[in-house]
Amino acid sequence: MVNQPQGAIIGIGELKPVRYSEGKTTLSLIAESVRLAIKDAGISKEDVDGLLVGPQVGETPQHVPATVSEYLGIDPTMSNTVDLGGATGPGMIWRAAAAIQAGMCETVVCVLANKNEKGETLRSPNRNPIREFDVPFGASGANTSYALLKRQHMEEYGSTQEDFARIAYWHRKNAQLNPDAIFYNKPVEVEDILASPMIADPLHLLEIVMPVAGGAAVVVTSAEKAAEGKHKPVYLKGAGEKITHRAVSQAPGIDALPFNYSIPRALEQARTNVEDIDLFSLYDCYTSVVATTLESTGLCKPGEFGEFVKNHSFGHDGDFPLNTHGGQLGFGQADLAGGMSHVVEAVHQLRGEAGNRQIPDAKNALVTGNGATLSETTALVLGGER
Amino acid sequence: MSQLPNISLPGPTITPVSQPFWESIQAGHLSLQQCDKCEQWIFYPREHCPHCFHDSLTWKKASGRGLLKTWSVIHRAGHPAWQEHTPYVVGVVALEEGPSLLTHVLIEETSLKHNLKVEIEISEIGPHPLPFFKKQEETK
Repeated sequence: MVNQPQGAIIGIGELKPVRYSEGKTTLSLIAESVRLAIKDAGISKEDVDGLLVGPQVGETPQHVPATVSEYLGIDPTMSNTVDLGGATGPGMIWRAAAAIQAGMCETVVCVLANKNEKGETLRSPNRNPIREFDVPFGASGANTSYALLKRQHMEEYGSTQEDFARIAYWHRKNAQLNPDAIFYNKPVEVEDILASPMIADPLHLLEIVMPVAGGAAVVVTSAEKAAEGKHKPVYLKGAGEKITHRAVSQAPGIDALPFNYSIPRALEQARTNVEDIDLFSLYDCYTSVVATTLESTGLCKPGEFGEFVKNHSFGHDGDFPLNTHGGQLGFGQADLAGGMSHVVEAVHQLRGEAGNRQIPDAKNALVTGNGATLSETTALVLGGER
Repeated sequence: MSQLPNISLPGPTITPVSQPFWESIQAGHLSLQQCDKCEQWIFYPREHCPHCFHDSLTWKKASGRGLLKTWSVIHRAGHPAWQEHTPYVVGVVALEEGPSLLTHVLIEETSLKHNLKVEIEISEIGPHPLPFFKKQEETK
């Protein structure tokens, strides 16, 4: 039996996403997010002795932890950059707990933020070997990679456009109960999704996240210290992580993606079964990711997510609450902070503070993060009880 | 060789390790590394075998044939220079030798099929010959 992690989340701070930011820097959005999280935790910045940040923070690609520490005005005894794409947020949570267990610090702030200015061209700096062997062929950006994944699923299993569109539909529907969501007050039907422009066939526009500006911070501390906190602690009960490749051409088979390891591992560490999960807070940059992630949970067989989606209701009051904040498809994706939104929503639900979208008696949440093209995967089990 | 207009499309960023790959493309065929120990074929080019961790690999001429595993018809290009060529097709080809690579696929949208037999078609983009893939000729 694997050891269980010991950390707990005592504070969250999330900025309301906006399509474009004005007069902001990544560092200023990081600070806004951290101030919210510290306030929520009921602690002061002097209590923070650990810092985890993302890579490539707008103004400073290197020495990121030192730059962010200096900007915030903290002097942590443990700091690091976590570089797992969309899995960075969940990946930070278990790393924070591990650093605390190792005795390097007691209270860690995990923070990600993104500015998104109008007219700013968002171009990731592709590096070799992708720059050498993908980009010259006309393949750059995530849309292409996730379209390839979706096409493969459709060809190998016979899944249909409607199967994928239903996933996007539920995310947009759930966003109607979240006033912070970028698509609040903008519901769509399955037909609208299917009628939206093809970006990279077979992916439609409405199956793809909207890039936004925003930020999210999470405060992790020891379970002992969490007991003295302002809120009901949310405990890290299990974590699983697996990396298999970087470029989509090098991915394992669609029935052997890395979530097949990381999700069962997180459940095992938490001594929990997937049937005992009340909230599925699953990374959703594209419909095709949710599809294969559902299959990796073991709740449906490889290739059978379509039937599963048809037969379940993904609302907070449904039989399978999934991404009750709207997911990133409904909430918006503030770059790497989008991955952290799945942690933040799990905390809302497990504290019982999710308001009109509260899942009755939510005890356990499965949170996933995914980076590159189902390459970097992290799964967490969070629980309201230790 | 088919010809695309010479615009500022991003060419390959060749390294000393990958140089032989691009030299073979220039010479009109596909070469891959094969491990001298476990005999597995390797792509992308490396200086060690990712299968058995052996460090002696040999460049060998490859068949240039494979199966189309998946594809996407690009309507909105990730790189602005590609936009004027939309819609175009990119795909992943599983080579006969084992490794998979991402490539530009010179096949009509209506003829695209899972596991379609494809073969290399070296195409020039500006000064860069690239291994694109087309449908295998019936006779092969």
